[in-house]
Amino acid sequence: MIAASGLGKRYVLGETSGSDSLRDALAATFSRAAVKRAANAVASFARREERDDATTLWSLRDVSFDVREGETLGIIGRNGAGKSTLLKILSRITQPTTGRVRVVGRVGSLLEVGTGFHPDLTGRENIFLNGAILGMRRTEIARKFDEIVAFAEVERFLDTQVKHYSSGMYLRLAFAVAAHLEPDILLVDEVLAVGDLEFQRKCIGKMGRVAGEGRTVLFVSHNMAAVRTLCRSAMVLDGGQLVRVGEPGECIAYYVAHGFREEASTWTRPSSAADTPIAITRIESRLAGVQPNLTLELDVLLETRGRHKPAFVTVDILDAAGVALMQALPRLEGFVPEAFVPDRSGGHRVRIAVELPPLVPGQYFVTVWVGSHHADTLDAVERAVRFEVHESPSTGRSYPHSADHGHIVPPSTASYEAL
Amino acid sequence: MRQQLASDPMRVSATVPAAASDRGVGGSRPVTVIEPPRSWVPLDLRELWDQRELVYFLAWRDIKVRYKQTALGASWAILQPVFAMVVFSIFFGRLGRIPSDGLPYPLWSFAGLVPWTFFAQGLTQAANSLVVSQNLLRKVYFPRLAIPIATVLSAALDFALAFVVLVGMMLFYGVHPNWNVIWVLPLALLAFVTALGAGIWFAALSVRYRDVRYIVPFLVQFWLFATPIAYPSSLLPARWRVLYAVNPMTGVVEGFRWSLLGTSTAPGVMVAVSAITAMVVLVGGAFYFRRVERTFADLV
Repeated sequence: MIAASGLGKRYVLGETSGSDSLRDALAATFSRAAVKRAANAVASFARREERDDATTLWSLRDVSFDVREGETLGIIGRNGAGKSTLLKILSRITQPTTGRVRVVGRVGSLLEVGTGFHPDLTGRENIFLNGAILGMRRTEIARKFDEIVAFAEVERFLDTQVKHYSSGMYLRLAFAVAAHLEPDILLVDEVLAVGDLEFQRKCIGKMGRVAGEGRTVLFVSHNMAAVRTLCRSAMVLDGGQLVRVGEPGECIAYYVAHGFREEASTWTRPSSAADTPIAITRIESRLAGVQPNLTLELDVLLETRGRHKPAFVTVDILDAAGVALMQALPRLEGFVPEAFVPDRSGGHRVRIAVELPPLVPGQYFVTVWVGSHHADTLDAVERAVRFEVHESPSTGRSYPHSADHGHIVPPSTASYEAL
Repeated sequence: MRQQLASDPMRVSATVPAAASDRGVGGSRPVTVIEPPRSWVPLDLRELWDQRELVYFLAWRDIKVRYKQTALGASWAILQPVFAMVVFSIFFGRLGRIPSDGLPYPLWSFAGLVPWTFFAQGLTQAANSLVVSQNLLRKVYFPRLAIPIATVLSAALDFALAFVVLVGMMLFYGVHPNWNVIWVLPLALLAFVTALGAGIWFAALSVRYRDVRYIVPFLVQFWLFATPIAYPSSLLPARWRVLYAVNPMTGVVEGFRWSLLGTSTAPGVMVAVSAITAMVVLVGGAFYFRRVERTFADLV
């Protein structure tokens, strides 16, 4: 049972990076001491107030809710809505700034699979290590050991170092350990977004069974289909606040209806160190329109240095696993003008609109390439930006989409006649 | 909006049967209250004790992994103090003619280097332990003190290996200990406490100030010369020795030589002073650590 009231979490921006140096702290102390007392104290106090407003962020604000025993609660909301912060507070990784939570029962949290896995240790060793980190007793792990191994399907590789595992095997093993946690309350963050599809289904099944055993489950997800099938209730977070509590169907409808729509990200080159004649410096992306008529709009900022051939840009769209689904070729002529002056460098903006086919809900990645010829790459940013589709392309239906059957739902018609 | 939600939370849950009975857990469920942090937090050693298996597994992992993919493997644990002993014997013992309480200089310096290496390794690794395990800090809850404790414990294995070499050297030089040898264990514990005490201070600071990574190796070098390893504390006037023992490693090193090799410097007072300092550092460090640990996940 969980009872939360008035939960809030404030982050001080700039402090989150954490790599302050001692010098800064010392300098701050000394300069503060050097400040002349009376008049300056007032002024600096005022400045400080101002700074507080500008540099703090409430990741969660005044959130109150109750979860009863045996409840399966889905938490939905877009990125930055405070879902993960909430789970971190409930699992005691971070402390709230305001409010109070009372939790009855042993809490197990799965904010990530394979936390604490060590690549140099064998599968067998990692099962024990990871189990202990997740809060299992040694006897408990030993008891469930065979079951974990069977669930992960790694019998043959038990005594192999996990660094030699395929990523699929690694994830299966990691999830298998986690799935055998038996806390009273299980907190799960999006871990199902990884792994191959068959295994995802197995995990959803396992979690469903966990919930069926009367355990309390809090499940954060972007996967609306999973929330719908797994959870018996849901809540929607937006901007750190709780905006809706109710049945999953109702919450998902609210989430979709209130503009919590598809989202897309931005990429910026970490440093301007690229020394190619043309370098991609920034990619901004947005999704426009509504399913099934979504348009991916990209602003690709390029910088040219010196001499290069006319170039064009292509856009690859990949699924969450990194498999290329399609490639858009906006214009096959060089729209980055030739530049023959060696010293001249300049910026260019290329605006691209990709009309997306009806996509299955999920995460997609975009790779942007620039070159003069298909075999002559000038710059490429793999999986530069990410976008997420939450809504189904086929409106008015609740048929669950599965990437098992592909990512695109082509428009189709059917007519019927009796013969 | 919020009020409404709070007064009517999870209406749906009324339809969900609370199926707790078939789990056999009974009524002894732990109750946790999560609140904004207060300024000073109790140590909660009980929780730490409950998680002793985790400490064990973390230490075991460190040991397993430490010498993976090294050609010499665990012999590194022995090579480090042995090389230091050789260098010290040549420069301080032979060239510098530094007295060694009437014992062969190599044996005498090695008896100091064995606990010293344990301390130096324990401190250095503990100071870095939180930054190294930042992924754990961000993703799982457990008593954070488990990390530096496990790290110093894992250094104890290297200590045990080096100790075996020390025993071999004692046999070689024909030095037989008397009953004072039983004090070796409490003295090793004192080295452990010292390493852990200083280690948790630096570990807690390192989360915020990455400078620690550069300060600690420097400090350890400095500390080495502030400890009677290359030279005997009997070089100092007797009244200064007590003050000198404020450095807890002084008590450890002098105690080691006294209990194993039977040196004549009676270290009783020094060890007592050292033990007090070490405990103060450890307890203070533990409270400081607990106080700042709530920010680890946000800062690291």
